Amino acid sequence: MNVDHRILLAILMMSAVTYFTRLAGFLLASRLTLRGRAKAAIEAIPPAVLFALIAPMALAHGWPETLAAVAAGLAATRLPLLGVIAVGVGAVVALRALF
Amino acid sequence: MNMHSAHRASVSEEIRQGLADIAPVLVAMVPIGLLFGAICTTKAWTTSEVWLMSTLVFSGGAEFAAIGIWQVPVPYLALFVSTLLVSARHILMGVSLAPKMHAFSGWRLWAAAWFMTDEAWALGERRARRQPITIAYWFFMAVPVHIVWVASTVTGSIVGPLLGDPAEIGLDFAFTALFIGLIAGFWRGRLTVWVLVASGGASALVAMLVGEPWNVLAGAAAGIAAAWFAAPDEEAA
Repeated sequence: MNVDHRILLAILMMSAVTYFTRLAGFLLASRLTLRGRAKAAIEAIPPAVLFALIAPMALAHGWPETLAAVAAGLAATRLPLLGVIAVGVGAVVALRALF
Repeated sequence: MNMHSAHRASVSEEIRQGLADIAPVLVAMVPIGLLFGAICTTKAWTTSEVWLMSTLVFSGGAEFAAIGIWQVPVPYLALFVSTLLVSARHILMGVSLAPKMHAFSGWRLWAAAWFMTDEAWALGERRARRQPITIAYWFFMAVPVHIVWVASTVTGSIVGPLLGDPAEIGLDFAFTALFIGLIAGFWRGRLTVWVLVASGGASALVAMLVGEPWNVLAGAAAGIAAAWFAAPDEEAA
């Protein structure tokens, strides 16, 4: 093992932070029951977080990426995940060559 | 078929479905992992250090952010803040997923949390819309992400200098396409349109004006707020 002690310290600190964030929500909410608007808000977390993660690439990077994202969105209505990835990657390669 | 073998058959079916659901995610991860390992070599990290980082931190976003700001002397405070910001979404994700994890108690919940990546979480949420998340399903779906992430980043650190630019063959777009496919699994009609407009708009805007990773928190907050306001009144009653 060839590990610099400063890198080891940074890794252990980061590991503690990421695990804390993964565990905190589980422990906070395992006894939570929600109704009404609060329930709608919690149920919106999956699409809201997923789209927030990719929005810079899908919306603010350039036309090829935005159009490829639309193509992947259309593919997602009828194809399984691997097909959506293939359509998105294929479209971005073609559109980048075009623009 | 007696009850014992029926149970065994359902466990093996849960395992099979977990592996089948995660397979396309693993395919999309490999180029990203190779890229991360290759970038680490440009900051003079050894293969052992890349292995340790991916094994213990196990977060693409936090690791890319960290290697981006890595230097000597080590900016520990910046590393701490950037890791916390990049990972803060996991708290929200856990709040959303926890009520669907009935089968997990004690150390099983703590172990399940260790393996909660964006992808495993999204597949868990998707699963929970149709059936309970079993222990067999979760671990056989979520643990391969750890194995493939560690293997691909370590490989990237070894073969790094030989790799070309993944953008040339569109692989930088693989995760965007994967996440679009996952979002489709959470479609709830008009409400989802509002959530996506708010989340995507806020995230893209903040990414341009402020920068990453603030955009993720801003987008998530805007999307959640949109759902709160757009939820129909009868549901609010």
